[in-house]
Formats: sequence, structure tokens, C-alpha cells
Amino acid sequence: MAIEGSIKNLQLKKHSDSFGIRLHKDLRKNYDAYLLILPALLFYILFCYKTMAGAVIAFKDYIPAKGIWGSPWAGLKHFEAFFGSYYFQRLLRNTVVISLVSLAIGFPAPIVFALLLNEVRNLKFKRTVQTITYMPHFISLVVVCSLIRIFTMDTGVIVQLLALFGFEPVSLLTKSRYFVPVYVLSDIWQHIGWGSILYLSALSSIDPTHYEAAVIDGAGRWKQTLHVTLPGISSTIIIMFILRAGSIMNVGFEKIILLYNEGIYETSDVISTFVYRKGLEQFQWSYSGAVGLFNSIINFIIVVIVNKISRRVSETSLW
Amino acid sequence: MRQSIGERVFSLFNTIFLSVMILITIYPLYFCLIASFSDPIELSMNPGAILLPFTPFTLSAYSKVINHSLFVSGFRNTIYVVVVGTLINMALTIISAYVLSRKGLMLNRVLTFFIIFTMYFSGGLIPGYLNVRSLGMINSLWALILPGAISTYNLIIMRTAFKGVPDALSESAQIDGARHFTVMSRILIPVCLPTIAVLVLYYAVGHWNAWFGASIYLQDATKHPIQLVMRNILISANASEMIGDIGGEDKARYVELIKYALIIVSTVPVLVLYPFLQKYFVKGVMVGSVKE
Repeated sequence: MAIEGSIKNLQLKKHSDSFGIRLHKDLRKNYDAYLLILPALLFYILFCYKTMAGAVIAFKDYIPAKGIWGSPWAGLKHFEAFFGSYYFQRLLRNTVVISLVSLAIGFPAPIVFALLLNEVRNLKFKRTVQTITYMPHFISLVVVCSLIRIFTMDTGVIVQLLALFGFEPVSLLTKSRYFVPVYVLSDIWQHIGWGSILYLSALSSIDPTHYEAAVIDGAGRWKQTLHVTLPGISSTIIIMFILRAGSIMNVGFEKIILLYNEGIYETSDVISTFVYRKGLEQFQWSYSGAVGLFNSIINFIIVVIVNKISRRVSETSLW
Repeated sequence: MRQSIGERVFSLFNTIFLSVMILITIYPLYFCLIASFSDPIELSMNPGAILLPFTPFTLSAYSKVINHSLFVSGFRNTIYVVVVGTLINMALTIISAYVLSRKGLMLNRVLTFFIIFTMYFSGGLIPGYLNVRSLGMINSLWALILPGAISTYNLIIMRTAFKGVPDALSESAQIDGARHFTVMSRILIPVCLPTIAVLVLYYAVGHWNAWFGASIYLQDATKHPIQLVMRNILISANASEMIGDIGGEDKARYVELIKYALIIVSTVPVLVLYPFLQKYFVKGVMVGSVKE
């Protein structure tokens, strides 16, 4: 069938049947496959593309009774209002700061962790560390954030421990300046083990003869790490970095909603949480829709750029 | 191999560091566990780290949690969403991944672009909410299931797995006259069961842990899944009000304990299953990292 098919393809190219005729033949032959994918297409149309079309609300003055398309056009009014508002700078700054700090600290953490784990010779101990540190990844965000809130209260374990070192015992989440550290460090706590899996597998696939050669050349453990291990996993590191960089405008807003409060909006309010409050709590549909669309577009642009770079650097791209 | 002194010192510190990591990972849950049956008065008088529960032990926080009506309905709703949601997820994911994995289909490039594009651009929260509302799903558990019926990321994992199956297998069946549905169900699905198991786990854990959709789509408290019930009790400003009738007269004393008990009870199912499923989850990371 495959041979027959490829011969047919050749003939088709020779005779150069029109696209319409080829499509017609394909539909007749594979109609059952296209029927099978129909429900999925319906899903994408109904929940993804219809929602994308709904983003036009950003250019309207949405009136619920008239629906999105029946509401009057508003032009760029809502975008202008957002760019000119007091909040714009703060939201953009918080979004970028939280992302960049997460990237700068949260990205290397699992790599260092994997390298340390890789040096453990006692396999039983290694496996125990792995099993336990992977676990928090599966704990729900609601529970993780509850734990964070309980532990960072003025009477909580973390604050009490810090107080032993002369730290003033305050509830961390009531102070703007502690929000980003709490957010980033708790993220590392939850995902450092899980994030190390890929690096560990890359480490295990490094050819052992490289290490043997390094030892013969007189390299100690540190030199081996520097000249064998790190180059061995560099391509994994680059790919993961690119994937991570692509989502820089996508801060984990569910986690922020569970952690922040009005008192610390100064450092914790990001674009997506602002959209949530303006839209779903204060019902400024069009305005929040515009802010959300702004975020989506920036996001899309970043992904496209990152993908271009990644194609050049590592021959890996997302599409 | 002989080790230099420097290497031995490093090994020692490495072991100590990783042991500390284990402690830091476990301690928060251990704290909740021992706090949940400690004496509430002793507990409130001793802030900070504790290593052992305070006597006299009490199980009243657990009995209050388990007998609370919202808690029971929360678990029921969650199980419903996990089971029905995951079934729908898997049916749609497997079938569409199968179609996209076939080579002979002319429209596949177009369809693939149509689907993958949604990973990079979305309409956003507000149009998404209004869309679900216009479909009449407000206050229905379907709002937690249908808008996320397919995870495109998982779809690609499944397609990669199907593509990895040698063509000879499916072609021999097609020569015998099998249609696509038969090829998929009789040949490709049995071969790719490990990947399917991984995706079942991913979807199921996702449903189990989800709370945000429920918080914006569901109004009736009796429809709330367990995570949302927990959020309302654990994270709202006035927990004692949310706990409502749970506590009775000694409510105030038990508010903190009830929080801890709730965390333990809702986390235990995942943690009990986790060691058995760990290798599948880990495999999933690998599967996901395979590029096409």
C-alpha cells in the first residue's frame, strides 16, 4: 500500500492533477479519519477560536444584553486608558520582575540540584532524595499556598526561625518587599526535584569514556564537572532555557491570586491578576479584555522571537 | 578509585546538603500532620517549629472535617470531574492524535497548524469566561470539563508516540481492509499503552488539583470541588466564617486544627498513590521531551 501510494504520488505529480481533484480523492479515501477528528475540531473552534474572536471585546463597549458583536465599537479607547493609567507601569514592572527573578534563580536551581545528585555514589540515598523531592510537584496549588501562608505568618515556622537570627517577626505576606522572594523560593521548593529529571537523564547519557579520559588527564571531580558534565548537558540546558524564556509574560497568576492581598499589590499585582479583578470582580469587561489582549499579543511576539532564536542556536524549535 | 581529601569533604557536604533538602521538603507536611491532632491550646501557645505533637491528642479536627457537608460534596464533585473529565480528555486526545499521526492525509498540515496555533495565542481570560457563559455552562460541572477537553501539549505527546510505531504494523492491517478506527483501536492503542497511562495520570492530577475554573464558573457551594472548598476555608480572610457550622461551640479553638486536617486529608490520596505512580510520571517527562 505504501509503495502503491508513493507510485501514485509520483504519477499524480507527473499528471499534476489539480489540487481539487487530489483533495477530493483524499477525502473519499480517508473520510473516516476526517470524521474521527471532527469532535476535536469542534472543540478547538468552540473553545479556542471562538474565544479568540471574542477578544474583539477589547475594541467594543461591551453591553451584556447585546452580546459581544452587537455592542458598539469603541476603537482603541480601552488600550489608551490602560496605557495612560497609573497601574500600567506597576503591572508591567511586576510581571517582568517576577518572571525575571524566577528565571534567574528558579532556572539554574534544578540544574545545580541535578549536578549535586549526580555526584552521589550511594544509589539508595540518591533514589530516596529523588522520590521525596519530586513529590511537592503533585501537591495542589491551593495546599501549597496554604502552607506558604501558614509558614510565613508572624507565628509561622519560617518567620520564627528567621527571628532567631535577629529578623523582625512579621507576617511576610503583609510586606510588599517580601512577596517576590516568597513567591520565587516557594516555587523552587515545589519544583526543584521535578525540574531536575530531564537534566539527570541528560547526565546519565553522557559517555562514561569521556570521564575516564578526563581522569587519565588528571582531572579531579571539579574539572570533570566543568569540562565533561556541563558540556554534556548544555544542549538540554539551552532548550529548557528557550522554553522558559518564551513564557516570560505568563506569570503563574493562580498562585498569585492565592497569595496576594490588597496591602501588597505594589509588588504582587501582575497583568493577569489585574485582568481577573477588573473583569470578573468589577465587571469592566471591555477594559479588562483589552488588558488581557495586550498580554496575549506581547506573549505571542515573545514566543515567535524566542522560536526564531532557538532555531538558529540549537536547531530546535517549537514548530 | 582513591579520593582526594577535597573530594571527600565535598561528598560529605553534598550528603548533608541533600539531607537538608529532604527535611525541607517533608517538614511542612509533617508539621501539618502533627499539628492536626495536637492539643489546640498548647499549639497556639507554642509558635514556630515543632517536632512532636502536643498532648493530649485529639482527632476532633478530622471528625469535624469529615462530617462537614461541603467537604463530602466537594470530594464527590472532584471525583466526578476527575473520572468524566479524564475519560473525555483521553477519548478526544487519542483519536485526534491518531489522525494527526497518519502520513497519507492531505489536510494534516493544515489541521496540525490549526491545533498548534492555539498553544501560542489565546483569547484570554475574559473572552474565555464570556464564551463559557454564552454556552450556558455557568454553574455546571461541564464548565470544568469541556473548556479544557484537550490539552494540546498532551495531544502532541500522544501523536509523537503514535508516529513512533513502525508503519508496517498499521499497513498490514490496512491491506486486510481495516478502516482507521480499527487500526487505531486494535493496533496503535495496545502498542502505546505506556504513553496513554502517563497522559491519564497527567489529566487526572490536573483535574484533582484544579480550583480556578470552579471559582469563576460555579456559584452553588454544593457544586464546588474539594480544592475550591479548601481555598474558601484555608485562604479566605475569615476562615471561621467559611467553616460555618463545622465547629460548634469550640469552633474558634479548632479553626487552625481544621485547616491542618483539611490539608492532610486532601493531600493524602495523591501522596499515597504517588510512590506507585512515580515511574510513570517520570516517564512522562521523558516522553514530553522527545522532539518530533
